[in-house]
Amino acid sequence: MSDASRNASDLREGIMATLSRQQVGAILARQGILIAFAVFMIAFTLANPKFLTPDNVLSVVRSSAIIGVMALGVTFVVISGNLDLSVGSMMSFSTIVVLDLHDKMGPLLAIPAMFAMTLCLGAFIGFLVGYLRLNSLIVTLGMLSAIHGLTLTYSGGQNMDIADKEGTWFSIFGQGTALGIPVPILIFVALAALLGLALAKTPFGRKVYAVGGNGTAATFSGIPRARTVFTCYLISAACVATAGLIQASRSLGSQNTVGQGLELEVLAAVILGGASLLGGSGTIFKTVIGVLILGFIQNGLLLVGLQFYVQFVVTWVIIILAVWLDIAAKRGKLWSPIA
Amino acid sequence: MTDPVLRLENIVKTFPGVRALDGVSFSVMPGEVHALMGENGAGKSTLMKVLGGIHQPDGGAIVMGDTPVVMAGPLEAKAKGIVFIHQELSLAEELSVAENIYLGELPRKSFGRVDWARLAERTNSILKKLNVGFDARTRVGDLSIANQQMVEIARALTVDAKAVIFDEPTASLTDAEKVVLFDVIADLKASGVGIIYISHRMEEIFKITDRISILRDGQYQGTVNTAETTEEAVTQMMIGRKLDLSRNASHHELGNVALQVRGLSCGKLYSDVSFEVRRGEVLGFYGLVGAGRTEIAETLFGLRDPSSGQILLDGEEVRISSPADAIARGISLVPEDRKGQGLVLGMNCRDNMTLPQVDDLKAGPFMAEGAEVAIFDQYRDKLDIRTPGWKQRVGNLSGGNQQKIVIGKWLSMHPNVLIVDEPTRGIDVGSKSEIHKLLRDLAAQGYAVIVISSEMPEVLHVSDRIVAMYSGRIMRTFTSEEVTEDSLIQAISGLGGDKAA
Repeated sequence: MSDASRNASDLREGIMATLSRQQVGAILARQGILIAFAVFMIAFTLANPKFLTPDNVLSVVRSSAIIGVMALGVTFVVISGNLDLSVGSMMSFSTIVVLDLHDKMGPLLAIPAMFAMTLCLGAFIGFLVGYLRLNSLIVTLGMLSAIHGLTLTYSGGQNMDIADKEGTWFSIFGQGTALGIPVPILIFVALAALLGLALAKTPFGRKVYAVGGNGTAATFSGIPRARTVFTCYLISAACVATAGLIQASRSLGSQNTVGQGLELEVLAAVILGGASLLGGSGTIFKTVIGVLILGFIQNGLLLVGLQFYVQFVVTWVIIILAVWLDIAAKRGKLWSPIA
Repeated sequence: MTDPVLRLENIVKTFPGVRALDGVSFSVMPGEVHALMGENGAGKSTLMKVLGGIHQPDGGAIVMGDTPVVMAGPLEAKAKGIVFIHQELSLAEELSVAENIYLGELPRKSFGRVDWARLAERTNSILKKLNVGFDARTRVGDLSIANQQMVEIARALTVDAKAVIFDEPTASLTDAEKVVLFDVIADLKASGVGIIYISHRMEEIFKITDRISILRDGQYQGTVNTAETTEEAVTQMMIGRKLDLSRNASHHELGNVALQVRGLSCGKLYSDVSFEVRRGEVLGFYGLVGAGRTEIAETLFGLRDPSSGQILLDGEEVRISSPADAIARGISLVPEDRKGQGLVLGMNCRDNMTLPQVDDLKAGPFMAEGAEVAIFDQYRDKLDIRTPGWKQRVGNLSGGNQQKIVIGKWLSMHPNVLIVDEPTRGIDVGSKSEIHKLLRDLAAQGYAVIVISSEMPEVLHVSDRIVAMYSGRIMRTFTSEEVTEDSLIQAISGLGGDKAA
């Protein structure tokens, strides 16, 4: 046995002696995500001292803002007991549309027009899932493809660029700073605060939890289930439109596929935050933590010298680990033949 | 004197903060049907989990023959001849009877191929003993619940069973199916197997068991010979006091008619239903499952559209379009499926209770959480709901306390008409009588109460008048003075009984 592993096992026994297994399980179940985050941050800081510098932290948060803003909306959808896999391609749509309209009608009109069009897409999904009670996985997976087609049709397959990149104030949402803090971060924080309050403190938020926790019981309590689900998809679409705005403003030009694959990262962040895919649980705060963990992991992997492409594999591994730890914390064992 | 097949000595099991079993001792003789009774939460399930190797006892011993045994896990319990027939069936519906019975132990030929012929032969020889009307190849999903239970029993018989434990086996059986089950139990008994029979149903206990052991709050209360005791005595041992099940007509003045229904029909579910409820009155609905009672309640609550007929609230005709509409008009429904329809189990007690009025409990744009807690506290005290606090998840409460949360939820809406569908389904005896008293008290306070129940003693106990339904029609409406058990049974079986005018 090597020294390192003996030390590790001594440490483990020491911890086990002071905490019973049940206590460990209970703490893991409640704070698992924060503990994992802390362990991860310490490990990467030890591996690369640049990791925890203010510059790097700010850069991670800024690049996480787009995923983060979308994850806020998807949190509502997931708590209501549904999925939204269309956010990536919907964000491409928003980005392309707002860039195109920018030159045609000016940013002041382009932004609300883009929001309106994106909300229409959200309303359509909300109608199918909420009112017609269609399976959200099928509906949003289909919309992922359909909206991609819609975007390509709109743009004719061309990249979209703003003609006068120097002379527009439109860049403020993606590139501006206020009080030294990048605007995307401010938008993310403000939206998180607003939606966090809406979810935790308002009657609407309570309805979302009720509908996701037990839709039938919610109906039997007079809660309008269809309208609640519908509204969750509207919120999700509004967040996507905001993300599209940040993206467009940051690059002032875009490909049709800018949001491709982001739906998985968004979902990973929400699940990492501990929202149950069965609905009824999760919070905005935890989703924000999930977003940050994901952002720091991807950044950390780059800093230790791995290729950018590795993150696609790692994202999936993280989802699996998060789901596994979540279920293990609930049953107190890593593996069990029942439940 | 023969030795018991199974003896429990001073079994102790503690969980953090709870002494779930506190010195439980009893023994099961070969060829004996031994009832285990107790309220929900008395420790029956924990005891069975200890027997089945799912929990390890903290003290005491399980003795089989003369030797103490340790049940390290479910498989070991089975290997030692202890077999469970669970309340909730665990069968693979898409597989055949034979595959279900020998799942994991299918007979093999060379190259791991299943020996279907031998499998069918073995299965049929067991099925023959049980005298059932299906064979080894039948798909389990095509069988009735009762026959599926027979498959579970057949599975039990494939091992050399010493003790068979039945957990609420009759919960979803018809009377005819019960007779078949009891025959099988009698056969098992004759073959020298010891049987532990867990049930809430007194009639059955007194019909088929030899001895009764009683648990209360994890403590062993004693064992009595069934032939030498009475239902009252057993109930008293279970709840520590006497249970009142007398008839109960209102002695107070009745108020005006709160709800009147005229010629209401809903497709094939029920037709031409007419009745009225006054304030201060409990109107009971009695009938078999499928007689249309729940569907009427759902119509009144805006969950179903009637095809014809009128609903009048305080004399005014209304059309109820949704549950929200029903709630706004002062109708409340405590639904029959507490966990599926009544509660969001993952939510806390307070949030469940205030769910129908979330839009009314606002302080600015936010929930008025203080007001919510006040409502919860008020109904916790009024209904004597036992919970550590409002933050407790409802899923962690006992059935009786869960039901009180649902009732509190609707009382806090101050309804004009309170409809309660199966008020005490799956609730222990003690909570049951509390809920009965509560329903009577509500009527005395001037509520118009409709109680739907499949239990005759319950309808007789709480109702001022009883509507007997059969196959979607009202056969007769009884007053509590004129009703007899016989006439009620006749009416709900579609025999005799004139249709109410």
